Amino acid sequence: MKKITTIILLLFLVGFLIQTLDAEIIEGAGASFPKPVYHKWMHKYYELTGVKINYQSIGSGGGIANIEAKKVDFGASDKPLKKDELDESGLIQFPMVMGGVVPIINLEGLEPGSLKLTSALLVDIFQGKIKKWNDINIQKINSDLHLPKLDITVVHRADGSGTTWIFTNYLDKVSPEWHEKVGYGKTVKWPAGIGGKGNEGVASNVMQIEGAIGYVEFAYAHENQIPYASLQNQSGNFVKPKIESFQSAAANADWSNAPGFYIVLTDQPGAESWPITGATFILIHKEQSKKDVASEALKFFDWCYKYGDKTAIDLNYVPIPDNVVKLVQEVWTKDVTCMGVKLWK
Amino acid sequence: MKRFLNIDFTFKTLSMSGALFQVILLIALLVMLIYTSRLAISEFGAGFILSSEWNPAEDERETYGAAASIFGTLVSTFIAMILAVPLSLVTALFLVELAPKLLSNIVGYGIELLAAIPSIIYGMWGLFIFAPFIRKYLQSPLKGLNEVSFLPEIPLFEGPPMGIGIMTAGIVLALMILPFITAVMRDVFLMVPQVLKESVYGLGAVTYEVTSRVMVRYGIQGLIGATFLGMARAIGETMAITFIIGNVHKISASLFSPATSIASTIANEFAEAYTQPLYIQSLMFLGLILFLISFIVQFVAYWWVGKLQKSMGVQ
Repeated sequence: MKKITTIILLLFLVGFLIQTLDAEIIEGAGASFPKPVYHKWMHKYYELTGVKINYQSIGSGGGIANIEAKKVDFGASDKPLKKDELDESGLIQFPMVMGGVVPIINLEGLEPGSLKLTSALLVDIFQGKIKKWNDINIQKINSDLHLPKLDITVVHRADGSGTTWIFTNYLDKVSPEWHEKVGYGKTVKWPAGIGGKGNEGVASNVMQIEGAIGYVEFAYAHENQIPYASLQNQSGNFVKPKIESFQSAAANADWSNAPGFYIVLTDQPGAESWPITGATFILIHKEQSKKDVASEALKFFDWCYKYGDKTAIDLNYVPIPDNVVKLVQEVWTKDVTCMGVKLWK
Repeated sequence: MKRFLNIDFTFKTLSMSGALFQVILLIALLVMLIYTSRLAISEFGAGFILSSEWNPAEDERETYGAAASIFGTLVSTFIAMILAVPLSLVTALFLVELAPKLLSNIVGYGIELLAAIPSIIYGMWGLFIFAPFIRKYLQSPLKGLNEVSFLPEIPLFEGPPMGIGIMTAGIVLALMILPFITAVMRDVFLMVPQVLKESVYGLGAVTYEVTSRVMVRYGIQGLIGATFLGMARAIGETMAITFIIGNVHKISASLFSPATSIASTIANEFAEAYTQPLYIQSLMFLGLILFLISFIVQFVAYWWVGKLQKSMGVQ
């Protein structure tokens, strides 16, 4: 009896100790799109400062729901909230990092970027209107390629995702027909094709099926060396997806006139701009209840902006330009408070 | 007070609480499912089961229907059962009657290990290795056969062979429940009294007659039980088929076409459905339907076994 009591008491003690060790943890949750770069940043920051940040990639929807319910200290979402939605929940949002969504193709002997597609072709393919690769419309702008008489298999996301949101947002912008029939969102009623789970699912499905076309984040296509297509942008140029073309899309965006930093980077002007670029956002409350946690979180984000560029670029993400960082920090100074005390100077 | 110190009483109370707890849990689950899907139930009603329209748009186009998910669940389970049950039966009989003792033990052990493999492993194996294999060696030849001009076109084999789809999902599901059903059937056959078998052999029966006429009939209740256990597992299977079923909300006659099952729909779409109340409630409604399907399957199993008990007398 005495033995059992001692063991139970020891367990309680251990549990209590573990609890106190966990004191300085910042909790975040949301989009899976930036997970690789967020995790790397958080790891590096922990090594430098000992401050631990815990990030669960449960999807943009989960991130928004959790921060609205105050279950986490910050939320992450690929889909930006509109100003009135932000005000209603007492949140501010700011862009953390950017990336591109690229169409990936499985055709034998295709070099990355060699297949050119216009926005109209992309829409028609994803609507299931163009059924074979040697269709005259595709062949017309790709006279240098030999396209086989192969069925086009469309692969989209089966699960809800910010990547889908960005991709369908682009299709919605460039095609009134897509806007009317399908629209955009984290999940849509796809007119054609099969669904894969996650970016990984889409990529593996595309790689397995000859003649398949899908869409993934650029980082994914690059890491797995899956051939991607070049797209025609607003200026009429066919551009390849790369850091420079994502940056071009971001540079032309007018961040200072966007309330709540609500900017969607698809179909942006600019000769070199990649048409399907997207930013991913962080959401935090204006009125913070835990002063220390909030200050530490802001310090972390500041560190990422200042020192995280190389890590982001290594992972094929595009860092936020300095002039935008300044605007973001102005918002921090103005809006983030804890019981009336401003938390960021 | 003295009554409580009576060990019998304590034991009876504890075990009764355990049993009651499970019933309460079941009722609680049912109540929770109904409560969290009330919006969807009032919005769609029974029409939910008949409609295959699934549109998670965030505007007025938003609508949901379970027909495609239910179809996928039932058809993939059906394919799995047709493939797995006969194979399990034959394997179990082989292991008990025909195999030499050593082989029977080794294979038996192997089957039990197979039954313990997590379903997600089957899913990943299905996606990376099995689906392309099926596409190349089963679906493409079938498609070729379908396209031969003088033979009638079978709608079962229409459409491009992708590997991924309801056919592969059904086959992988069969492979998954096969070891499970075999293990249970083997145990059922092992319980057939030696005396019974010997007396039939003594009457001059051959092995085939002993197994089919005597052993199967003796263990029929257990065999049906094993079948329904496998079926229950197949109906609710999520990770094994999410990767390979194609995840498309459409009903199609072709075996090559992609589909979706109730469990995969929920697994795929739940995390991002937070922000739309009707979306989440429709997913819970799907969960309720799955719950009811499993309930019906169990009920049918009990009824069938009960009928057999009556027709064969009390065994």
